[in-house]
Amino acid sequence: MAEQVFWEDVTEGMELPSLVKEPTTRQLVQYAGASGDFYEIHYDKDFAIGNKLDGPILHGALKSAFLGQLVTDWIGPLGTLRRLQCQYRGMDAPGNAITAKGTVTRKFEEGGQRMVECSIWLENSEGQNTTPGNATVILPSRLG
Amino acid sequence: MSTPASFLTEEMRQQALGLESAPVTMEVEKGHILRFAEAIGDTNPQYCDEAAARKTGSGGIVAPPTFLRSVRGVNLELPFELSFSRRLDGGSDWEYFQPVRAGDRITAVARIAELSERNGRLGLMVFMTTVTTYTNQFDETVATQTNTLIAY
Repeated sequence: MAEQVFWEDVTEGMELPSLVKEPTTRQLVQYAGASGDFYEIHYDKDFAIGNKLDGPILHGALKSAFLGQLVTDWIGPLGTLRRLQCQYRGMDAPGNAITAKGTVTRKFEEGGQRMVECSIWLENSEGQNTTPGNATVILPSRLG
Repeated sequence: MSTPASFLTEEMRQQALGLESAPVTMEVEKGHILRFAEAIGDTNPQYCDEAAARKTGSGGIVAPPTFLRSVRGVNLELPFELSFSRRLDGGSDWEYFQPVRAGDRITAVARIAELSERNGRLGLMVFMTTVTTYTNQFDETVATQTNTLIAY
């Protein structure tokens, strides 16, 4: 895991280290079991096609979990996630790699806390942003 | 397949807004956190390594940010039949106030915050926005999740 990031090290416009995910149907079944969301569009091809889809698609909540990991990996053990928001604009299918990315959009202090806002998103192998979102975090300070 | 031009009436909308689910309580088990972290492919030691987790601000094993999605059975009963069988998740907006720790007892209550409809590429779609509030055994709100469900 990367070194702890501190608020003083952050500048607006800087990129978060990206995170590549290669979801498989197996992972969707695993996620269904762990989350209790057994909706068949996520692992049953015939059912998905019957729902006007091309085939199984990722759980939206799994995609937000990927974005959550992007942010928690970056903020490290001393950072705190305050808000994680995303919209499932485009569908992602198992077998296709997706990359979680982010950039810092705002650095500010509020109520004595050192905070950062990031634009975050998932990009498919064609470079399309399927899942735009935002995150707000509290970072530790080098000043203690 | 024919699609009706409209489904929702203002009366239906007013009936639904503000409706709340019955509370659902789930005990947060260490093994469940581990299975969830494995399923999302996140090897962060805060979710699986007691010793490493103890060195962080939360002082022990915590759950990943979206773990509370696994509190199932939070059902919102609409006062009318939502006559679309297909469902998609439109997006979610989490706010976090306290860490969720192994051993916590989390109670979830959902409320309908918005109901609307729109014609899109899948035909007529109904959008239902719900806000779920998660409270721990100390009566602290640990998180809220605003979620948009699309029925089509």
